[in-house]
Amino acid sequence: MKRIPPAVTQAIAVTCLWAFTLVTLAILLFIIVYILIQGLPGISWEFLTQAPESMGRRGGIFPMIVGTFMVAGLAVLIAAPIGIATAIYLTEYTREGKFTFIVRFGADCLAGIPSIIYGLFGFVFFAIALGMGLSVVSGALTLALMILPTIVRTAEEAIRAVPAAYREASYGLGSTRWQMVTRVVLPLALPGICTGVVLSLGRSISETAAVMLTAGSALRMPHSLSDSTRTLALHFYILSREGLSMDKAYATASVLILLILALNLFAYWLMRQVTRRMG
Amino acid sequence: MAAEENTPIIEIQNLTVTHFEKVILDNLSLSVHKNERLAIIGPANSGKTTFLRCLNRLNDLSQGFKVTGKILLNGRNIFHPATDTAQLRRKVGMVYAVPVPLPWSIYENLVYGPKLAGIKNKNRLDELVENSLKAAFLWDEVKDRLHMAARNLSGGQQQRLCVARVLALEPEVLVLDEPCSALDPISTAKIEDALFELKSRHAIVLVTNNTKQAARASDRTAFFLMGQLIEMGDTGRIFTNPVDKRTNDYLIGAFG
Repeated sequence: MKRIPPAVTQAIAVTCLWAFTLVTLAILLFIIVYILIQGLPGISWEFLTQAPESMGRRGGIFPMIVGTFMVAGLAVLIAAPIGIATAIYLTEYTREGKFTFIVRFGADCLAGIPSIIYGLFGFVFFAIALGMGLSVVSGALTLALMILPTIVRTAEEAIRAVPAAYREASYGLGSTRWQMVTRVVLPLALPGICTGVVLSLGRSISETAAVMLTAGSALRMPHSLSDSTRTLALHFYILSREGLSMDKAYATASVLILLILALNLFAYWLMRQVTRRMG
Repeated sequence: MAAEENTPIIEIQNLTVTHFEKVILDNLSLSVHKNERLAIIGPANSGKTTFLRCLNRLNDLSQGFKVTGKILLNGRNIFHPATDTAQLRRKVGMVYAVPVPLPWSIYENLVYGPKLAGIKNKNRLDELVENSLKAAFLWDEVKDRLHMAARNLSGGQQQRLCVARVLALEPEVLVLDEPCSALDPISTAKIEDALFELKSRHAIVLVTNNTKQAARASDRTAFFLMGQLIEMGDTGRIFTNPVDKRTNDYLIGAFG
C-alpha cells in the first residue's frame, strides 16, 4: 500500500477540524438566530415592563423577570459562599485523603443528577417538610443545591491553578495560612471562581424543571421570598406547551437568550478587568 | 568581636528527618554562629535542602516528613508546639532556588512581609523598602520604577528582589537555597557581594551546588553526604586540607 504523504494527511486533518468547528458554530448560530428572528419582533418596552394578561396570551413578562432574578440571584448568594469555602477547605486546609475523595466524588455525582430530581427533593423537603411551600425561597434553596457542585469544582480548579511556589513564597515571608489564602491565592483564583459563579447563575436562570416543582408558577408579581413565582424559562415552557401563545413564548425565549448572553459578556469583562489589574 | 562571632544563634542537636520511612537527615548536630556565612555543600540527595527547610519549618507543609531532635534558635526549640511558625519564618528568612516574585509590583512584594508583621506606618515601610533594596544591591536599578510589576525584572534582578523581600522582614538568620543556580555570573557576583555585606547583621546559611561559590562566599563550610554531616570547619581549611577522604573526593570532583 502506498503511503499517503504527510502533507496530504495534514491538509485532510486541517480541513476536517475546520469543518467540524464550523458545524459547531453553525448549530449555535442557527438556534440563536432562529429564536431571535421569531422572538425579537415581540419584544417591546411594554412586553418587558408589564404584567401578563389572560394567562400570558397578552401583556408582558415583568413579574417573571423579577421572579427569575430573585430565585437565581438568591440561589447564587446562598451557594457561592458555601461552595467557595468548601473549595478553599479542600484545596488549602486539608490533605488528600478519604475525606476529600468522598466530598469530591459526592460533588461530581450531585452534578450529574437530573434537575427534575432536585426539583422533587426540593418539593418534598423545602416546600412540604419545612413548610416553605411553593415559593422563591424553596426554589432558590433547591437551585443552590443544584449549582453547589459546579461552584465547588470550578473554584477548586481555579485555586489549584495558583502555582505552589507562590504559596511557599508567602509562607516564607511569615504569613499564616489564612493570610496566604486571602492575600495571594484568592486574588489570583478570582477570575476562575467568578467564571464558575456566573456559569451557575446562567444555569439557575435557565433551569425549568427544578423551579416548576419548588417555586411554582404563579403569574403575579412576587412581593416576598415566601411568594410563589414563575421564572422566564418556566413561563416559556408553559406558554408553548399549553399552546397559549407561540409569539409570546419566542419573545420570552429571546429575552432569556439575551439575558444569558449579557451575563456571559459581563463575566468576560469582569475577568479582563481583574486580570489586567493584576498584570 | 571574636567571642561574639562564635556565639551560636542556631544549635542543631541530633536532628533526624525521615520522609515516608526514608532517612533524609541522619542525626545531625551543628551550630550556626552570629555574623558568619555558613556554606553547605554536598552532592544531590544529601539532604541540604531538607536541612534548610527544617530551619524555618517549611517541611511542615509537605506530607510525610517526621522530625526528631532539636533546633534551638536563640536557645529556644523551634519544634516546640507553641512555636508561632509565621513568626519563626520572619526570624529565619528564606530565599529559594528559583526566584518567585509574587504577581504584584516591586514595592508590594517588599512590603508584603512587613505588613503581615503588623507594620502599617507608610514612612517606616518606605524606609524598609529602600534599605532592603540597597542591601540587596538592587536599589539603583529599580528606585525609579518601584510600582512596576516585579515579574518584568530580569532573572538576576528577581532573585535580588527575593533577597530584599526577605531582608525587609529584618530576619536574624538568612537561609538561601542555591540562590544562584539559575543566575548568570554577574548576578551571582552581586548576590555574593550582598551576602558579604549582610553577614555583619545576619547569620547566613547558604546551600550551594557550586563549590567555588562556597569557597568564595562563606566563612565556614559543612559537607553533607547521604544525610550525614561528614565534615565542617573554616572554609579555607576545608578546601585546602580536608580531613575526610570523602570531602576531598567531592571537592576534586571524584563524585557528585
